[in-house]
Amino acid sequence: MRKYFFYTSLMLSGLLFNAVTAYAQQTDDLISLLGKEKPKKERETNAFKSTRVVNGHSMEFLAPGTMDFRILHRFGQVNNGYSNMFGLDQASMRMGFDFGILQNLMIGFGRSTYKKELDGFIKFAPLRQATGTGSFPFTVALVAGMTYNTSPFTDTSIKNYNTSRIAYYFQAIIGRKFSEVISLQVMPTAVHNNLVLLNSQSNDQYSVGVGGRIKFSKRMAFTVDYFHRITGLEKGVSFNPLSVGIDIETGGHVFQLHFSNSTGMNERAFITETTNRWDKAEIRFGFNLSRVFQIVKKKKHS
Amino acid sequence: MKKLLFIVAVFAETTSISAQDKQFTKTGKITFDATVPKSPENIDAVNKSVVCVLDIKAGALQFAVLMKGFEFDRALMMEHFNENYVESNKYPKADFKGTISNNAAVNYTRDGVYPVKVKGKLTMHGETKDVEADGKITIKAGKITAAADFEVLFKDYKIDIPELVADKVSKTARIKVDCSLEPLKQ
Repeated sequence: MRKYFFYTSLMLSGLLFNAVTAYAQQTDDLISLLGKEKPKKERETNAFKSTRVVNGHSMEFLAPGTMDFRILHRFGQVNNGYSNMFGLDQASMRMGFDFGILQNLMIGFGRSTYKKELDGFIKFAPLRQATGTGSFPFTVALVAGMTYNTSPFTDTSIKNYNTSRIAYYFQAIIGRKFSEVISLQVMPTAVHNNLVLLNSQSNDQYSVGVGGRIKFSKRMAFTVDYFHRITGLEKGVSFNPLSVGIDIETGGHVFQLHFSNSTGMNERAFITETTNRWDKAEIRFGFNLSRVFQIVKKKKHS
Repeated sequence: MKKLLFIVAVFAETTSISAQDKQFTKTGKITFDATVPKSPENIDAVNKSVVCVLDIKAGALQFAVLMKGFEFDRALMMEHFNENYVESNKYPKADFKGTISNNAAVNYTRDGVYPVKVKGKLTMHGETKDVEADGKITIKAGKITAAADFEVLFKDYKIDIPELVADKVSKTARIKVDCSLEPLKQ
């Protein structure tokens, strides 16, 4: 009898124990029963709408498996007046294709009408800005590029080498998206021209660029980029390129409309060969049109 | 020895019953489709890390999902979804808290497919709205699967669809939930 009493009381206490725990679980938030999720390290995205600020590379990358078809136009000087439709009568262009390979690796190439120049680059980010514990506050990206001038040699009195057509540029981009509104970056850049026009010019030219944006609506932003040359700026001949513009995103396309004193559409051209100046109103209207295509489909339904 | 076994058995049995009251998953699936009929461009995505908890005794059902976990065919679409439409940085999560109104009709111990009505509140993009959905609970060999299918109006959640893309992005999204649950061990 005592034994049975012992067992029944044991069973009862067991049930009671479970009832108590079950009662304790009666909370409104069932999901909290699963425990708190640790805040994940998350990459900061959309610092810029495009992989270029205006002229220069931005800290953004193309998503893996996408291709960006870019059509760039730089028109004539606005101060040419109405007879030239404020510069729209003349246009210089670059057509290019960029490819996203990894989230932090992309390549691209293009051809500009100016000097009939081909250019290609590879861009890689060893560090990317992220949120969460142990994350890095900046994106650091490195760009290496090459340009190849295919127009006839200007000076035929000297022996011209094929390598003289080539120039290189190397750039580091250190950028941060400070908020949804403001992103800023600095871009120390080195350009090496295998052949320079004048004896007095140096083949290596160093500059520091700054770029930024102010996003003022969901799909629009002000953008600016400027390169300050540390070496090789010839007084009265070449100037530092400054470009200000607006990014407009329309779903499939990004339009970058801007005014700039440069015509060049690769790093060599706009950093070392900008011959116009803002203070004389020698500015040009221009646009970059970017259309991104998904060329490698993600496997989503599995 | 026998006594000890009995004690263990009693506890084991009673605890196992209570544990099965709560069913959960962290790998549930939600798909959404906002494709305009006849539009060649599919606007759809899937999220395969839906957190879902079902209290079979009370008929309470909740799920939560990270907006950034929605996968699209196209990277650009995913970027726009997060940046321009649902604003994932500001509103990282969507969640649903509701009850199965005809929970008594579901026999969780017997295999079968039970149609259910789910009522509750869906919070997304910082807005909370009442939602009613038809769903079904499937029980097969003791495993519970919860599925539901409903439509939400983007306007209800203050998700703005600009005129420019109105011919591509529908004003409503068809949402499908599919969660295979397992007992929650505490």
